[in-house]
Amino acid sequence: MSIGSDGTHTGKGMEARERLLEQPCDIAIIGAGVVGCAVARKFALAGAKVVILERGPDILSGASKANSAILHTGFDAPASSLETELIRGGRQEYLEIRESLNLPLLTTDALVCAWTNLEAEKLESIQAQGRGNGVAGLRLLGGSEARQTMPSLSDRLVAALEVEGEHVIDPWSAPLAYLTQAVALGAKFLRNAELLKGSFDDRWRLETSSGRIEARAVINAAGLYGDIVDQCLGFNAEFQIKPRKGQFVVLDKAGFRHVPRIVLPVPSEMTKGIVVCPTVFGNVLIGPTAEEQEDRSRATVETETLKALLKRGAEAVPALANIPVTAVYAGLRPASESKAYRIFVRPDQRAITLGGIRSTGLSSALGLAQFALKLHAGFGGSFTAPPAAPSVRVPNLAENRERDWQRPDHGEMVCHCELVTKREIEAALRSSVPPGDFGGLKRRTRAGMGRCQGFYCNARLAEMTKGKLATPLAIETEGEA
Amino acid sequence: MSSTADVIVVGGGPAGVAAALEMRRRGVEKVVILDRDPHLGGATRHCSHSPFGMFEFGRVYFGAAYGLRLEQEAAKAGVDVRTGHSVVKLGDDGSVVVTSHRGLETLTGRRVMMTTGAHETPRSARLIAGDRPVGVVTTGTLQSYVAFHGLMPFRRPVIVGSEFVSLSAVLTCLLHGARPVAMIETQPYALARAPLTWFPRLVGIAFHREAEIIAILGRSRVEAVSIRRNGQVETLTCDGVLLTGRFTPESSLFLQSPMGVDPGSAGPAVDQDGRSANPFYFAGGNVLRAVETGGWAFREGRAIGATLAHDLAREPASGDLVRVSFDDPIKLVVPNFLRRSALPSAAFRHFQLRFLRRARGRLHLEMDGRDTWHRQGQWLPERRILVAIPSGAPQAQQIHFSFREDV
Repeated sequence: MSIGSDGTHTGKGMEARERLLEQPCDIAIIGAGVVGCAVARKFALAGAKVVILERGPDILSGASKANSAILHTGFDAPASSLETELIRGGRQEYLEIRESLNLPLLTTDALVCAWTNLEAEKLESIQAQGRGNGVAGLRLLGGSEARQTMPSLSDRLVAALEVEGEHVIDPWSAPLAYLTQAVALGAKFLRNAELLKGSFDDRWRLETSSGRIEARAVINAAGLYGDIVDQCLGFNAEFQIKPRKGQFVVLDKAGFRHVPRIVLPVPSEMTKGIVVCPTVFGNVLIGPTAEEQEDRSRATVETETLKALLKRGAEAVPALANIPVTAVYAGLRPASESKAYRIFVRPDQRAITLGGIRSTGLSSALGLAQFALKLHAGFGGSFTAPPAAPSVRVPNLAENRERDWQRPDHGEMVCHCELVTKREIEAALRSSVPPGDFGGLKRRTRAGMGRCQGFYCNARLAEMTKGKLATPLAIETEGEA
Repeated sequence: MSSTADVIVVGGGPAGVAAALEMRRRGVEKVVILDRDPHLGGATRHCSHSPFGMFEFGRVYFGAAYGLRLEQEAAKAGVDVRTGHSVVKLGDDGSVVVTSHRGLETLTGRRVMMTTGAHETPRSARLIAGDRPVGVVTTGTLQSYVAFHGLMPFRRPVIVGSEFVSLSAVLTCLLHGARPVAMIETQPYALARAPLTWFPRLVGIAFHREAEIIAILGRSRVEAVSIRRNGQVETLTCDGVLLTGRFTPESSLFLQSPMGVDPGSAGPAVDQDGRSANPFYFAGGNVLRAVETGGWAFREGRAIGATLAHDLAREPASGDLVRVSFDDPIKLVVPNFLRRSALPSAAFRHFQLRFLRRARGRLHLEMDGRDTWHRQGQWLPERRILVAIPSGAPQAQQIHFSFREDV
């Protein structure tokens, strides 16, 4: 439910819905996941008037909030596929822009670990596939040789394929930086704006749950709702999203020193498998599972699965057996009936669908944005790029770069586990893309994400965020329920 | 920037302040307390209805008032109290890395006393299934909401657990307009002692034993929990989940240091003086073992403070350590090891034991294979068990608690 500017609830009828923009925009992007945010940035940098519509209360409300945070090389992506090309392009651009946006990179490289002889036999073909994908730095290692590069690995290791360049990034600050830059260039970010219907008559008229807008072109980056959004836009159903759930366990920072590299399994047809990897925040991540489900919005965790993940982690790296659990979470990946990205261009209607970006979206997002801009050029019309891109730097949350708590005058420490200062929380709340819900605040600051999970700071956060989040932490103290 | 103290105390709850006061009383020149909060008191600050101070100060204090008394005592005793100081790392020579309004600095003491307390196990570490909505909190969080901010996270919570703290949680709910839907406990009995266990029913709150939470339901805020009871799954409508107890030591600084933590207690392993394997670092209070009362922590801190005052007169202790081993279902033994060269008057007169589960049988203390003590009984989890440390124990090669369970 949304509230109109006059304070009345906006109805479902088209007439009752207010116009959200004075002027039609050039590009309406549907979905503020990592792909939508990257596309918004790219078009805004090119000089387009951009609007980004998000059905949730914040960016990253769907698939993008839960992933393993790896910046892939594409070594195991489908051979000579568009996905492989976009991962490479996206990765390259990330490495080029990250310093200017203040985004981290944890240099880890990866080991594809074979725990059985059968798995070891597959490593050579994975190496060949990687080379075919243009990835250099793939080295076959024997078990003990691989363990020299990472002594904490179990001695059951049979063999491994070392992959240089598979690194770890901050999966939430990166899209935030992309959108923040777009907003600095004048892009409009509309939350709680679920697309209900779109029609094209030389320009797009888009009805959303909080109002209507007009746009010259649309880009569908709706992730888990990609197929539904295509239908809302009046297109034939070219693909169907089949949500794939992934559960994760995050271990205490004490585990970090045991996992200096990304530990990948030998992948199966279906999934890249369960990864054990460090995070830029100094934790260890184990996951994801791959579980098909119907529900597009609900990702539950299951006790037995979480236990199995812990067991899996300790099998690969035995020292992890004694490391406490910090957090657990689950997310949905927008898989489709095909392994390939589902990208469709409709020049007559000036529409692009970026669908089925199932698990490599964080790596390929900037590549997808480049690709979308190229596809859009075929629609005719041109933009005038602004003379200089505004300088945008997002707050650093990674442990391998300077954090706010290391600087003087930080005021007060609010979250002791993750060392989040009051100054950081206040800055997030008054930023140009402020958090819309508690999850959004956690992703922007790390507050409450640590080992005590808010035992100490949750009450303080409830007070600091009063009136600012879609689902407030505190309920009213007065009155009856 | 670096400064030197005789002893740096990390954590200004009852144990830390008691240690500091005792050291000052015994003439230790420079004692610094570092606390990350704006005031001393530690967990007692938000415990609005547990009384504190009867033992220490001969009168009863509630919540923050106790912390203020600690502050007055510390000031009177000439302790250098630095609030708003978070220790982020332990060194290996008596140094600690601290962040404060001045930024980062390293402080060095001739000894460091770690009294960082404990926190309740959150939802994630309990691996509870289901959605992850807003409204799932621990007792400590709930009490911080009401004590510091006048807020409430829910009105109709389901309470998980039946320890002493769980009853404090019920009281907090009732005093602040919340009406718990039910209290559930996985064990076949309440973990707190009677008559406290009768309390929930007296105030009309259903208490379900042998009931387990199997999922939390709710898209943005908690809407219900499903529980398994008597083999049946049922759904309780509620707007919050209050996770109580299952305290775990706040021992992350040890966990991230080479000293590590004891797998049984999850706190630092210490000898009979409260000294860790690294003789520059001592620990006391609830960081050693969850969880004891504030009064207990105070006495423990004071005893270790006395030992520390003696310890400063000599080189940091070396000497062989003999680990105290134990059988299942014993959960932990503190002190975790005995040191040959420890001081003649040890801070710990007793081994403190806890059981993982309820068990009936005979508990034995064996030294070098000889049975030196035993007792038959029913042993309950979350209950303190004390066994006097025999005078010859530090000279033993093997110290073992064995348990013969009745069949």
